[in-house]
Amino acid sequence: MQLTGAEIVIRCLQEEKVEYVFGYPGGSVLYIYDELFKQDKFKHVLVRHEQAAVHAADAYSRSSNKIGVCLVTSGPGVTNAVTGIATAHMDSVPMVIISGQVPTQYIGQDAFQECDTVGITRPCVKHNFLVKDVKDLAITLKKAFYIAKTGRPGPVLVDIPKDITNQKCEFEYPKTVAMRSYNPVIKGHSGQIKKAVQMLLEAKRPMIYAGGGVILSDAAEKLVKLARSLGYPVTNTLMGLGGYPATDKQWLGMLGMHGTYEANMAMQNCDVLIAVGARFDDRVIGNPVHFAEVARKIIHIDIDPSSISKRVKVDVPIVGNLPDVLDELQKMLEASAGVPDAKALASWWKQIDEWRGKKSLKYKQGKEIIMPQYVVEKLYEVTGGDAFITSDVGQHQMWAAQYYKFDKPRRWINSGGLGTMGVGLPYAMGVRFANPKATVACVTGEGSIQMNIQELSTAKQFRLPIKIINLNNRYLGMVRQWQQMFHGNRYAESYVDALPDFVKLAEAYGHVGMKIERPADVEPALREAFTKHKNDLVFMDFLTDQTANVYPMVAAGKGLSEMILAEEL
Amino acid sequence: MRHIISILIENEAGALSRVSGLFSARAFNIESLTVAPTEDASLSRMTIVSSGSDAVIEQITKQLNKLIDVVKVVDLSEAAHIERELMLVKVRAAGKDREEMKRIADIFRGRIIDVTDSTYVIELTGNGSKLDAFLEAIDRSLILETVRTGVSGIGRGDRILKV
Repeated sequence: MQLTGAEIVIRCLQEEKVEYVFGYPGGSVLYIYDELFKQDKFKHVLVRHEQAAVHAADAYSRSSNKIGVCLVTSGPGVTNAVTGIATAHMDSVPMVIISGQVPTQYIGQDAFQECDTVGITRPCVKHNFLVKDVKDLAITLKKAFYIAKTGRPGPVLVDIPKDITNQKCEFEYPKTVAMRSYNPVIKGHSGQIKKAVQMLLEAKRPMIYAGGGVILSDAAEKLVKLARSLGYPVTNTLMGLGGYPATDKQWLGMLGMHGTYEANMAMQNCDVLIAVGARFDDRVIGNPVHFAEVARKIIHIDIDPSSISKRVKVDVPIVGNLPDVLDELQKMLEASAGVPDAKALASWWKQIDEWRGKKSLKYKQGKEIIMPQYVVEKLYEVTGGDAFITSDVGQHQMWAAQYYKFDKPRRWINSGGLGTMGVGLPYAMGVRFANPKATVACVTGEGSIQMNIQELSTAKQFRLPIKIINLNNRYLGMVRQWQQMFHGNRYAESYVDALPDFVKLAEAYGHVGMKIERPADVEPALREAFTKHKNDLVFMDFLTDQTANVYPMVAAGKGLSEMILAEEL
Repeated sequence: MRHIISILIENEAGALSRVSGLFSARAFNIESLTVAPTEDASLSRMTIVSSGSDAVIEQITKQLNKLIDVVKVVDLSEAAHIERELMLVKVRAAGKDREEMKRIADIFRGRIIDVTDSTYVIELTGNGSKLDAFLEAIDRSLILETVRTGVSGIGRGDRILKV
């Protein structure tokens, strides 16, 4: 059957069982929107800014393991989307972005709303395509979905010139796709896995370090099984939270720049480290030279060979899909005659418990001023630890990561790699679309929330009962913290003046607003929001301590064990 | 250390910019880069001369392999290989210099491929250091123009880079 390019786009999305497309119309995508209008197999979510469309699609993907899809127009539609695309790329989130382009014969003529989309997005996508012939459209979209999801996932962009969407050709959606240049490894090398088992069993001070790869590949269950059968301590990266239950006794908390004392000390002092879907980035291990000063054997499992031995030299690299590799590792472990060294392990745990005794996350909640950590702890209690929590970027993000104990994967949605302020609210939207019955809260700050505040309108249109937990300290808190610690208390441009009345702002958008100023009101207000206003979007503006800092802290460039603790100041 | 990396890549629009963009984005060195289609028109072959520690070269090959359009990557310098570069040099060749220029070109097994009353264009192939040596050997003030292709490389014997 002959279909137009626009019809083909719609049919491909239907074939891929897409439920939602997040987007914003414009000149070059009008044929596509016209066909979208005529169908009801998937829904379109009209955002108020293209950046939010990409973030929402990104969170839809992160919170469900389905592929988020967005649709934007050429030129500014694309450039607005770039921050969202780069955010997804840094955190390896599978997504397909469809962008309109000016008609083929106008490309390169500086046409209205033209930009070099493929050029601009090239460094921040897993791959991108410019469709030059309507006959290539279906296979290109098929490839886009395939590439986005397989191997190390990532965003894939398909740029479609307007004339292509109005040309006709025969349509048949390809069932499979084969690319000679792209064959991601799935199965890990058995010899290497055998070596890893040996190394793990010989460990005296073992450590399991699990990252976002565990979440992305749905490997959490297998990781838990492995960790429990070994009895070894586990830490998660910021991206890996929920990959191992935070309430489990083997869990040491998050590691890294704002990791717990016990997690960072154990990471630094272990003798055998197994890295599972993590990439030793600068916020995690601090200074790599300092990290390398302690002799330890490292096993690294990752789907992306280029993540291995990039910042830290690894002894046993295993390239493969995590669930498959963990399965094989578990089998070999069970078949092995060896067992973990119980005596050494007991003394290692004794050491870890001493570190735990530092209670590095303690803080004082007085009667007058609300501490931000307290709000997150109460949020955890009120939601029974079972909510989807999105965050923006800054101090509130770290507090949410430290004090909300995630027991399940895909519940913690934040921009870890790129650190994009403004993701929180659109992330909460995407989560709610993917999980229509879930409790969704967005922990944010008065700086970040204003970077995509317009989405309060989208949330109203789609009746999304998100709870916005605004930790309002009237400062760009993380900037202020660094200025206090490293720039002689000179708070250059980190005080936010002329803030809006968030209660009135929420009400203006048709939502419920609450202002909470006293510690005693925190819990009752949260209970009210999550029960009485269960079905409303509630903007909760918490006025919090202006000088609170995130601790522990490993200063940039310092070693992992050189932490600044709250008590030392 | 200097490495010669050979790449087979899908002959698609933008393939070159994916590779060159990767090198600039990750702060890898490029000394030279050559590219042209192979006997199979759907594939291009690229030769990149780069330098860096073993760890850097390992990252370069891994990152190249990660590009979706890249079919194969080989570090030619890991084993016996041949490298060649083509240079065209336009030189002033008048009076007493004319005979001398011809003589030096012959010594380097260069060929004179264009002649006027006062100039020659000399074609020279070899590895980079041979071409450098030729430029050293002639009077610098006589060089009017040089153009070099950058290195192309191929493995010796049974080492074959093919799909």
